[in-house]
Amino acid sequence: MELTRRKILAIGSGTVAFATLSGLPAFASLTDDAIAAFTGGAETGEGAITLTAPEIAENGNTVPIEVSAPGATEITLFAAGNPVPNVATFKFGPLSASRSASTRIRLATTQDVIAVAKMEDGSFQMTKANVKVTIGGCGG
Amino acid sequence: MASGVKPRVKVPKKAAAGETITIKTLISHKMESGQRKDDDGNVIPRSIINRFTADFNGENVIDVTLEPAISTNPYFQFEAIVPETGEFTFTWYDDDGDVYTESKSITVS
Amino acid sequence: MKIAPWIAIAAFGFAGAAVAQDDNTLNVEGETLLTETAAPAHMDSVDTIYSGWRFRSSETQALQTDDFDNPGMIFVDTAIEQWDKVDGSEGKACSSCHEDVADFAGLRTKLPRVDNGELVTMENLINECRTDRMGAEAWKWSKGKMTAMTALIGLQSRGMAMDVATEGEAAPFWEKGKELYYTRVGQLDMACSNCHEDNYGVMIRADHLSQGQINGFPTYRLKNAKLNSIHGRFKGCMKNIRATPFAEGGDEFKALELYLASRGQGLSVETPSVRN
Repeated sequence: MELTRRKILAIGSGTVAFATLSGLPAFASLTDDAIAAFTGGAETGEGAITLTAPEIAENGNTVPIEVSAPGATEITLFAAGNPVPNVATFKFGPLSASRSASTRIRLATTQDVIAVAKMEDGSFQMTKANVKVTIGGCGG
Repeated sequence: MASGVKPRVKVPKKAAAGETITIKTLISHKMESGQRKDDDGNVIPRSIINRFTADFNGENVIDVTLEPAISTNPYFQFEAIVPETGEFTFTWYDDDGDVYTESKSITVS
Repeated sequence: MKIAPWIAIAAFGFAGAAVAQDDNTLNVEGETLLTETAAPAHMDSVDTIYSGWRFRSSETQALQTDDFDNPGMIFVDTAIEQWDKVDGSEGKACSSCHEDVADFAGLRTKLPRVDNGELVTMENLINECRTDRMGAEAWKWSKGKMTAMTALIGLQSRGMAMDVATEGEAAPFWEKGKELYYTRVGQLDMACSNCHEDNYGVMIRADHLSQGQINGFPTYRLKNAKLNSIHGRFKGCMKNIRATPFAEGGDEFKALELYLASRGQGLSVETPSVRN
């Protein structure tokens, strides 16, 4: 059998497709594991938690985000596309007013930012926001 | 001590009893993620602030766990209830064991 | 004129963003800064000049509207401490001679300027104080102590219009700067004008090209999370076009700084600004 350029390309793209397929679930599970560690595997609801993040971040080094979940005792943030998904956990004390916080985070690439809140009744709320991270114009 | 670490805090000077106030905090810190390599290809070890707390007269307002995904010069904004005249204490915990604190008093009228 | 379409698009695109803010008006701590004005007469092919702030996303813009949110201010704080710090053989601090840093209001708008036949920038003035009057070592042009101090002194002029002298004894330096601005260099064979005059407002990869104004320097960049000097930025631009950069503090960059300052005549000083 002669290996033509076309065949090599076909083999090559097959490998890429395989790598992509096998790579994705691995990534997802890293974040899923982190979420499960926080919720203890409990179901998460939605609607009582808000995550505000830019649709497009001008620079992944400093992405402003705000999270709010009235009645939450704890909110934790994940960045699904970062090498380590955990970003920060806010535990609200007795003198905390609105259960909200703003900070600035690093995003390695375009990805989902996920916020999970533990509510006073022990239930969980989850929301996510996709943030596109652009590549700088000159030299990155 | 990590060099050049300087906290900044913004708290109103006055409030009404039970009023909700907005607090902003910023600390200069490189937040070395542990993911970067130096020119020789060696991993630069992680060196971050890993915890931040805000308390008022000994009662907690917020307790934050920071991971390397928090940006250089960590910034937080949050809201607190002020029941009485007193003092806010802000504490940042560095990976290297250092602790940085800042206090702000507020008068309730 | 060329910029108008995307500014309109940007304003529309961000209209629903959480930060309710007009993307064309820069208010800092209650003071409105001028980010757009008629181009000075010497600019032939540009009608209107815009601050680099106008080319940024609303999130980046917002960082500059509040002095607490502006991360550049941490470095201003360090310079305030430095101001009173005794350094050098003469036992002096900045404050030994200059009682109040606020006395430098307006200085930033006039720099670079010609002193005794030489073109000097704020970095030169600071180092002259350090070496000649304090007996201290000169600070490196773009290192932290210098950019913090140029930010503190520049801040005193915030809101004032850029107003450098370009005629008289400044004329030959200005002419040299203009020549550099339009001279193609490097492997990519590009001049400053190719990006910042011919193509401002358009995308360079995923970024918007600005007019390359320097009224906000030193500027805090999200990219490297520190204050960046004017000459440091020039160096970055030259590397990007694969040219060998001139030396920071050298005659070429000082002349270019004067020419660029003159292309921003009338724009408000924004020091320390926030850019991406």
